Amino acid sequence: MNANEKPSSRTLGVLAFPVGMLVVFFLIPFGIMVATSFYHRDPGAFYTPAFEFANWERLFQPVFLERALFSIGICLLAGAVCIAIAFPFTYFLTRMRRRPHVALLIVVLSALSLSEVIVAFSWYILLGRASGISNILVWLGIMNESAAYQPSFAAVLLGLCYIAFPYCILTLYPQLTRLDPEITEAAQTLGASPWRTFWTVVVPIARPIIVAGFLLVFVFTLGSYIIAFFLGRPEHWTLSVFIADQASANANVPFASTMAIFLTVLSLVVVGLVGLIESRTRRLT
Amino acid sequence: MRALRVVVVTVVVVFLLAPLVVIAVGSVNVNRYLNFPPEGFSLSWYAQLFTDSGWRTSIRYSVTIAGISAALAVLVATPLAYVLRSYRIRLAPLLYTLGILPFMLPPIISALGMQVFWLSTGHVGRIENVIIAHAIFFSTLPLVTISLAMETMDQALPEAARTLGADQRTTFRTITLPLLVPSMVTGYAAAFVLSLNEYIIAFLVAGFTVETLPVKIVNGLRYGFTPTIAAVAVVFIVIAATTFTLFAIFGNLMRFLGADPAILEKNEAA
Repeated sequence: MNANEKPSSRTLGVLAFPVGMLVVFFLIPFGIMVATSFYHRDPGAFYTPAFEFANWERLFQPVFLERALFSIGICLLAGAVCIAIAFPFTYFLTRMRRRPHVALLIVVLSALSLSEVIVAFSWYILLGRASGISNILVWLGIMNESAAYQPSFAAVLLGLCYIAFPYCILTLYPQLTRLDPEITEAAQTLGASPWRTFWTVVVPIARPIIVAGFLLVFVFTLGSYIIAFFLGRPEHWTLSVFIADQASANANVPFASTMAIFLTVLSLVVVGLVGLIESRTRRLT
Repeated sequence: MRALRVVVVTVVVVFLLAPLVVIAVGSVNVNRYLNFPPEGFSLSWYAQLFTDSGWRTSIRYSVTIAGISAALAVLVATPLAYVLRSYRIRLAPLLYTLGILPFMLPPIISALGMQVFWLSTGHVGRIENVIIAHAIFFSTLPLVTISLAMETMDQALPEAARTLGADQRTTFRTITLPLLVPSMVTGYAAAFVLSLNEYIIAFLVAGFTVETLPVKIVNGLRYGFTPTIAAVAVVFIVIAATTFTLFAIFGNLMRFLGADPAILEKNEAA
């Protein structure tokens, strides 16, 4: 099979099913969503087809912009926290012997396979007043009475980091295993301390993958719904929660569509950046 | 550096395992409300999972949706990955992007898109709506695994078949397809597990009529915690950890995740 061979019309026919499915059930729904963003919302009766910019004007009001900036801010922060911990962890992991190495990978993958619903639920309990971390501290005599740490900003941040952390590790993992131990050994033979080697050799080599991992966590947490919904107050909600809230509880589908398009553009810009960084990394290695 | 290594690894492991421990303890607590320190030991919440008709219905919905949508995702991904990787097609990068786009964007985009789509057709609240939505959203996973397998496949094998006189169709059926089976299985498994866990698409597309497990858990949490929810979570975790442990024993987990074998050997020797 030659990769330069031109396909026959019969071969192209094979593509009809997958491309048809993607067009009908992804592109057309997206088109309907774009159209809906111009529709008119009837307070009583859902929405009616129209062509007006009311929803788009609402998007550029300070109230909404503030929400959008909050979402972007908390997700950037989650990206920074994840990278700051996941990078040294993955570096240590890739330098371990087989047994602990595989065991830790299983822990990471088990955390990865947890549903966002279950993650939110277990942190909801851990950070709660009735049976959480504070109860353990009271039981140990460190604290006098139990306290609730959710809903709060910190709880949302913690939850977002938890769901993104395994993905972050798996993004860094392939590159860091390819970092030849001879390079760090050479630095140490030349007199650098392990600490200095880490900062002046390992981090600079891995810089592109650090940036890619950071942006990946950003997009991933931007899409999270349940974490912010359960662990935060409405002022801690992210864009995904607002969109779902407008689409279901408020029955304002036109405005939900407008926000969804805004979120799509934002995500595409970030995904484009990741693609750019990855293609540049590939050229270097 | 060594001290830092111990601290970082311990903190991460405690952080990742903390939720698992909480739900494991909560699922065997006798008391209906989770309290600390826990009281007694009871497996009744697990029993309820299989006797309560509400939970049984949700399990059936979730498994049906995950099973069929993952199969549909592989059916969408296989021809796309095969044709795009074996022929010269000008639109190939664009079509590949179309295949990975649903999963690249936040799930709320697919969720809302499917909601307005089914609303406009008048065909609302059906299980097949969720199956199709999940199939499209998760088809990216088999598309990536199968495309990778196509790239790493030894091109001499299909070429040999062609030289020996097999036509295109026979070559695909007897050589290429069998070589692609492992990547199709991996893609299916990934799509299946993620579909079981998915909430927002299932909720917006048909959440009020087709109550999948995640939707039922969230609805249940609105009215407070029940240990049954913890029991569901434990079952999920055990399935996932078993799958990965088997993978580690029978396959090569490190290779699968992209590690470089030559460098791993150097670590082992060090």
